[in-house]
Amino acid sequence: MPVDHSKNIIETKNISFAYGKEDVLKNITLDIHQGDYIGMLGPNGAGKTTLFKIMLGLLRPKMGTVKLFGEDISKFKDWQKIGYVPQTATNFDANFPATVFEVVAMGLSKKSHWFNRKTKTDLKRIATALEEVNMLPYQDRLIGDLSGGQQQRVFIARALVNNPEVLFLDEPTAGVDSATQNGFYEMLQTLNKNLGITLVLVSHDIERLTKEVMHIVCVDRTLTCHTSPEEYLKESESTNILGHKYKILPHNHNHKK
Amino acid sequence: MFSEIFQYGFILRGFEAGIIVALIAPLIGIFLVLKRYSLIADTLAHVSLAGIALGLFFGINPILTALGTSVIASLGIEKLRVSKKIYGESSLALFLSGSLALAAVLLSLAHGFNSNLFNYLFGSIVTVTQTDVYIIALLAIVLFSVLAFFYKDLVYLTFDEEAAKVSGVKTKLINSILIILAALTVSLSIPIVGVLLIAALIVIPVITALQLRKNFLKTIVYAQIISLISVITGIFVSFYFSLSTGGTIVLIMLAIFVLTLLIKKN
Repeated sequence: MPVDHSKNIIETKNISFAYGKEDVLKNITLDIHQGDYIGMLGPNGAGKTTLFKIMLGLLRPKMGTVKLFGEDISKFKDWQKIGYVPQTATNFDANFPATVFEVVAMGLSKKSHWFNRKTKTDLKRIATALEEVNMLPYQDRLIGDLSGGQQQRVFIARALVNNPEVLFLDEPTAGVDSATQNGFYEMLQTLNKNLGITLVLVSHDIERLTKEVMHIVCVDRTLTCHTSPEEYLKESESTNILGHKYKILPHNHNHKK
Repeated sequence: MFSEIFQYGFILRGFEAGIIVALIAPLIGIFLVLKRYSLIADTLAHVSLAGIALGLFFGINPILTALGTSVIASLGIEKLRVSKKIYGESSLALFLSGSLALAAVLLSLAHGFNSNLFNYLFGSIVTVTQTDVYIIALLAIVLFSVLAFFYKDLVYLTFDEEAAKVSGVKTKLINSILIILAALTVSLSIPIVGVLLIAALIVIPVITALQLRKNFLKTIVYAQIISLISVITGIFVSFYFSLSTGGTIVLIMLAIFVLTLLIKKN
């Protein structure tokens, strides 16, 4: 796919959001271009997941507009262009009776299947998506029997099955050991470079993120930075406060549902 | 040796209705169990009882009135759940006891507190008429078709509602369809196991099949097999030993469940 870095895939303008009376996001204006690889940083409760959910139409902003592929989100229909791996993806019921194949098949965009009958194209798409994340040999295993890192790959395959143009990943490496993470980030690079898929990634791993992504976006209720990884590192070294804030990231996952 | 049992028309009708219900209940049950909605079956069963009371009171076929009330109530329950004005379980309790109260009042008005009521509470295949069998068969076809058509969306929504929504699944619609289908299933199952035992019919074969750790489709098929075996042997056993049909069926299901757990443990 030819990548046009000047093309806006997602445009948010003056987004504000509140849970009850508490402001979570204020005046966020952010454009994401085709082929971007964006790392989103911010402390706990800074509104990163909320911003994701607004961009995906799961939450409606109190103020502001969201455009997906140039179209207002309320009119947007091409959801197969967007892949999403929620933070809670791996929080599923480990006894859920679905194989890796079945999980990936859930993502197929085609609306109605009589008892999920799949065409040859469907089967090929599932196989390709599983191959892209190196999980094809596991397709008949139950999802609950896999390790956290393997499950995460399967959820990415599910998001990839419709050949999306953009992939949203909310803390995909939470709870995954560092050896597995290496392979995971390598895979993301391949998706971005070889397949031209735009990636938007929330993570707490600053060190890793600054090595991998093209742009860093900092969210702390407002947009506090939008810069290159090099600039970000320079800034945070010179600003001790920022450095403290982001280098030692106390993070627990108790806020997950 | 079993030829005697088939000389009775009511037994044949019981088998017909029982087999249909045995095949349909796990189809809905798997989604309810995995979505942690198991108790909705019980609630809708009590709502159906109010429907039956309405039918007896006005002299309409009770299966039809049970269908109507449970479908309407199912939509009410779903609406309350989505609005989050009251907790999910509380809305179930509200509908369960509310409809039981309505049923009690209506039945006392219709002088329905007799052996007839016992049949509805615990199931009695004796009460199954030929018209009932036709209604059950027709609705089973509708239910099966709708389920088959929305199968993929239902599975996705059950597994991960948020991701399903992003990928374009109309989650509100699908949730409503699921609960309406649950209402239909519950009403259809009343003649076989009765109001008080329906939840067992919908839940136990599914949780048994889940122990086998197979894929989604296979889990459904195994649940149906378990359900069929239980219903057929249940009808036989209850006939020869003059036992409550519904009770016998549910006890057989429980026995299979316990057996599965024991085998799995070893």
